[in-house]
Amino acid sequence: MKEKVVEIISKYNGDRSRLMDILLDIHDWQGYVDDASVDVLASELGISAAEVNETISFYHFFSNKPRAKYNIYLNDSITACMRGRAQVEQAFENECGIKFGTVSADGVFGLYDTSCQGMNDQGPAAIINDLVFTNLTPYRVKALVDGMKEGKEIKDLVYEANGDGNNADPDMQVMVQNHIRKGGMLLDKNFEPYAVVNNMLKDKSPEDVIQIVQDSNLRGRGGAGFPTGLKWRFGRRVEGEHRVIICNADEGEPGTFKDRVMLTEFPELVFEGMAIAAYATGADIGLVYLRYEYRYMLDFLNRKLQEMRDANALGKDIGGIKDFNFDIRIQLGAGAYVCGEESALIESLEGKRGEPRDKPPFPVEKGYLDYPTIVNNVETLAATVKILQNGSEWFTSFGTKDSHGTKLLSVSGDCRFPGIYEVEWGTSIREVLQMCGAENVQAIQVGGPSGVLIGTRDIDHLNKTELMNWYKPSGMMTAEKFFDRKLSYSDLPTGGSMIIFNKDRNLLEEVVMNFMDFFIEESCGSCSTCRSLPQIMKEKLEKILSGAGVRQDIDDLLSWGKVIKVSRCGLGQTAANPILSSILNFRHLYEEHIQAMTDYDNTFDMEGLVKASCDFVGRKPVFHNS
Amino acid sequence: MSKKIIATTSLAGCFGCHMSILDIDERILQLIELVEFNKSPVDDIKKFTKQVDIGIIEGGCCNSENVEVLKYFRENCNILVSLGECAIMGGLPAMRNGIPVEECLQEAYLDGPTVSLNKEKILPNDPELPMILEKVFPCHEVVKVDYFLPGCPPRADLIWDALVALVTGNEMDLPYEVVKFD
Ligand SMILES: Cc1cc2nc3c(=O)[nH]c(=O)nc-3n(C[C@H](O)[C@H](O)[C@H](O)COP(=O)(O)O)c2cc1C
Ligand code: SF4
Repeated sequence: MKEKVVEIISKYNGDRSRLMDILLDIHDWQGYVDDASVDVLASELGISAAEVNETISFYHFFSNKPRAKYNIYLNDSITACMRGRAQVEQAFENECGIKFGTVSADGVFGLYDTSCQGMNDQGPAAIINDLVFTNLTPYRVKALVDGMKEGKEIKDLVYEANGDGNNADPDMQVMVQNHIRKGGMLLDKNFEPYAVVNNMLKDKSPEDVIQIVQDSNLRGRGGAGFPTGLKWRFGRRVEGEHRVIICNADEGEPGTFKDRVMLTEFPELVFEGMAIAAYATGADIGLVYLRYEYRYMLDFLNRKLQEMRDANALGKDIGGIKDFNFDIRIQLGAGAYVCGEESALIESLEGKRGEPRDKPPFPVEKGYLDYPTIVNNVETLAATVKILQNGSEWFTSFGTKDSHGTKLLSVSGDCRFPGIYEVEWGTSIREVLQMCGAENVQAIQVGGPSGVLIGTRDIDHLNKTELMNWYKPSGMMTAEKFFDRKLSYSDLPTGGSMIIFNKDRNLLEEVVMNFMDFFIEESCGSCSTCRSLPQIMKEKLEKILSGAGVRQDIDDLLSWGKVIKVSRCGLGQTAANPILSSILNFRHLYEEHIQAMTDYDNTFDMEGLVKASCDFVGRKPVFHNS
Repeated sequence: MSKKIIATTSLAGCFGCHMSILDIDERILQLIELVEFNKSPVDDIKKFTKQVDIGIIEGGCCNSENVEVLKYFRENCNILVSLGECAIMGGLPAMRNGIPVEECLQEAYLDGPTVSLNKEKILPNDPELPMILEKVFPCHEVVKVDYFLPGCPPRADLIWDALVALVTGNEMDLPYEVVKFD
């Protein structure tokens, strides 16, 4: 057994920074990482057992206890819940005879809750032994579990035909659907792969390329919206033995799945974007950080990379340009939302816990293995290809004054046509709702749980100065009807997730609670604010929903929402947003539950609280009236 | 100006906060000029003899008596101040909150290495004794608390400044060093 672990380690040359791959291989081999293997890993890699253990325990798909023959990871994102997850969960529990979070005694079944898997438009979805099963129903669950009880191979249990496009590729073969509803410059099959790298770059200096990207005003599509050209310029400026381009394909924000579709249908575009970035910045190392949930794409993407090498668009002297050497490796994650944060992602790429780093230094100065590193989103990289092809002026002709080009939206929830829409920046929420066939809409979550929940109400009557004090994403306070707000960096910035809720949904109990659970689950735990406040705020919300809330409770939520902003990374800084933005835009839902006539209610129940100790010591409780 | 009336108590605390009050040293003479003490360990008055302006609470609530005293203070004080970590957060006593109360009692009276003298395995169950709460609570989860003075214990100067501010009705100066926690 020790030999096997040593063999796996030597496959990665005993490189400590490949710990993620090593652990993945151990999982593939025996399903979990036992203590003996941890000791071997520690001594062979020259690190402490604690460092190995902290890495294993950090990631959702790693385990130090035996997992099952069939491991069923059921998605608990909000849209899955809206599409009958509770019944599916019940069906799994009944059929497997165990509860979620446990493994059956005979080691056949393991049931686990999992955060959004990027399948919001076809949920509830589950990952079973790395294969994705979409559109689950209790009936399908029964068929699946029956098949597993007979010991069938997991891929023989697929109940729907393969999905459209490359989902049916021999190297992929999943039932996942692309659901491309509206194409644009990116979702355009009519293009010649690697044309820019092979034909155009040789006439341009790296400086020219950066200038073109800068002139296009392209901003990061991963959510933060940092100007891409500027980031490249910074990266080029910093001296380093190597420079690194990272494609962020962690896509963890609940409700987004556009990077999945880009990588399924247009991987050439994404990889070519990486090569362009490498040329512009002088990078020689390329890494794609692919979330574990998309593991089913791995073989397919590796094949695409090989094709790219064969076409001389990767490797040495790329495109005939002397000394332009660059190659790409795909690194799998192991299930952690925070690893989408660029510095946590880099930690994970180095084989550690995905804990965000303190900044500065920023990755462009000191990133992967301390080399200058540029992290860009899948969609950002793809857009650079189109910009190089057609020029920056062409690109800026799309969109609004401050937001150029197009944006891929991942639309899900209560609408007739969930899926991917490529729209120009400046498109209004109303237009999106019309496109996707949403009716009777109560609210829309724009940008995922870390974004904002907007509604139809007019906000003129709210006390603006008071609200500005605690919450001011730009343009939040316009007196427009919310649905006429436009997707743009100045009004409604978004990484692309849009989840629609109709009037029958209970926003606080269903939606906000689900989002808070998400942040509680995904916090890396490093900052006390982010570790504790989401839990405390959720309990406060529960108190309000139970009818025991007072006005002060709403004020507390608002002021704690300010405190949490001191957290180290974006996860903590936005973890209160579900509550803050629902108070901002749906305050009446809170007020409905508040007791008007009292200013203090603690729900403190002395009789209940002394019962356990009185029973234990064997005495009668005695209460004095003070 | 009539003197403000002050009361203090220590609930599930270690009296460290009260020690810190005494650390205002000779300023206590100034304090006596400004305020009059009512129910407090300082003067050993057991029951409120009148309505009090400011009640200062050290310690959280770990048993029924703490809760009763705290409620008694709330009824008789216009302003209530949680003084120190235990009153504000539960403090050290709240470290038992992750452990079921039965296990705590088991360990404290039956299994612990220092209980060998308890040969008859007696558990404290006299009805005169306060009853242990399932968890230790910070004061503001039991009654409404108006102000919080952090520290373990809060520094004497902080207590002094806060008392002066409350008594004179002036705003208190709270520099960054006072409210940062690490
Ligand atoms: C908690 C958290 C999760 C994130 N997840 C992602 C993600 O899944 N994909 C992504 O591209 N960016 C994500 N980001 C943003 C990245 O940190 C980074 O800004 C982005 O990858 C930069 O690429 P861009 O400039 O092309 O947008 C996340 C940020 C935070 C704070
Ligand atoms: S804000 Fe949260 S996720 Fe980010 S570093 Fe702090 S604890 Fe970790």
